[in-house]
Amino acid sequence: MSALLTETEDKPQTAWDDAASWYEASARQRVRSLLDAGSFKEFIGPEQREVSPHLRVFELPEQFDDGMIVGRGRLSGEPAFIAAQEGRFMGGAFGEVHGAKLTGLLRAARYVKSIPVLILFDTGGVRLQEANAGELAIAEIMRALIEARMAGVKVVGLIGGRAGCYGGGGLIAGCCSALAVSEQGRISVSGPEVIETNRGVEEFDSKDRALVWRTMGGKHRRLLGGADAFTSDTIQSFRDIALHLIRSAPGFGMDVLKAEQARLGERLERFSSCADALDIWKAEGVPDAEAVPAMPAEDFIAVANKVREPRYDAR
Amino acid sequence: METLSYRHRAQQRMAGSKSMAIIGVVASGNLEVLAERVLPDTECQVDISTAAEGFGAVWEAVVADFVERSSPGGLKFSINDGGARPDTVALRLAQAVRLIEENDR
Repeated sequence: MSALLTETEDKPQTAWDDAASWYEASARQRVRSLLDAGSFKEFIGPEQREVSPHLRVFELPEQFDDGMIVGRGRLSGEPAFIAAQEGRFMGGAFGEVHGAKLTGLLRAARYVKSIPVLILFDTGGVRLQEANAGELAIAEIMRALIEARMAGVKVVGLIGGRAGCYGGGGLIAGCCSALAVSEQGRISVSGPEVIETNRGVEEFDSKDRALVWRTMGGKHRRLLGGADAFTSDTIQSFRDIALHLIRSAPGFGMDVLKAEQARLGERLERFSSCADALDIWKAEGVPDAEAVPAMPAEDFIAVANKVREPRYDAR
Repeated sequence: METLSYRHRAQQRMAGSKSMAIIGVVASGNLEVLAERVLPDTECQVDISTAAEGFGAVWEAVVADFVERSSPGGLKFSINDGGARPDTVALRLAQAVRLIEENDR
């Protein structure tokens, strides 16, 4: 029964609501409902059965799109390339085909130059069953992303899925022109369990959910400047913020890189002695920092904008 | 992994003009169904690739029941299964049919 109760599967698009949860939606629902109705055209769709060549070796089931959907469509009338990870298939993890589809999309964007790319992250990192291919894919994607940005392409990451944005996904996110995150979105490289396993429970207690959320969650990433914008968990608000970031994201060049380096250096200097995210929020002058985790999205956005204006000179 | 394939005669051609529809996700207790309009109007086929081995009789019953109810003539269904229960399988097959019987925009 639980399978039915938790079901939020694809419905015909007309029935899909702008107020629907991004977190609950599948990758295909996110793509179709984010873009203008009927405008999505998929590249290497599931009917082509371009599946992972590795999973079969491990007796693991394949997915026809390998957990990565790529294509083009229109966002508020303007053309856009789009990539979306399905966080429920193998935790949205990068494998050879999954990664190659994103690399190809970014190379196409570099070639076209004028069309922005949206990446709907939902990933735990690299797929362990195809680790080498997955790691290589991460490197190829980062190169392709930077080359696209050098050609003038805006690459905007949207993070608010079940798997968050971890491992190599966190590295790719760091290369984007701009990022938007919801409360449910988490951005990091090593996940909570990985840190605890490697450094001990004293360093990071992965069972302490409040600690996990205030260290890796969307609100902290916004306050620290890792994400440029915070958004509530609806399709409509993700669409609005995507449009805003495509327009406002910085270009790419030595000035932007220097500003980003300065921003990160300043951050390290200001907060390196902080033991907890709460200390950082206090140091940033967030009034009533303890109230941040429970704060509704609209209130938090107002607080965050007051404390930390998004910096459009850096990334 | 186990692969199964069932071919049935269907009463009539499935309505709609879409050539393809996909629904579901390959995850624990879940499955994806890819429906394609590639067969003659009175035939239908269901190909299954599943991680849960030894449930051929259950699949056969679920597929036969589905063909009886939906009459999906002309459709080929390809399933990647992550160990879904029969009720979830029936739901996904019904959703796939619902999606493909819409008219193409």
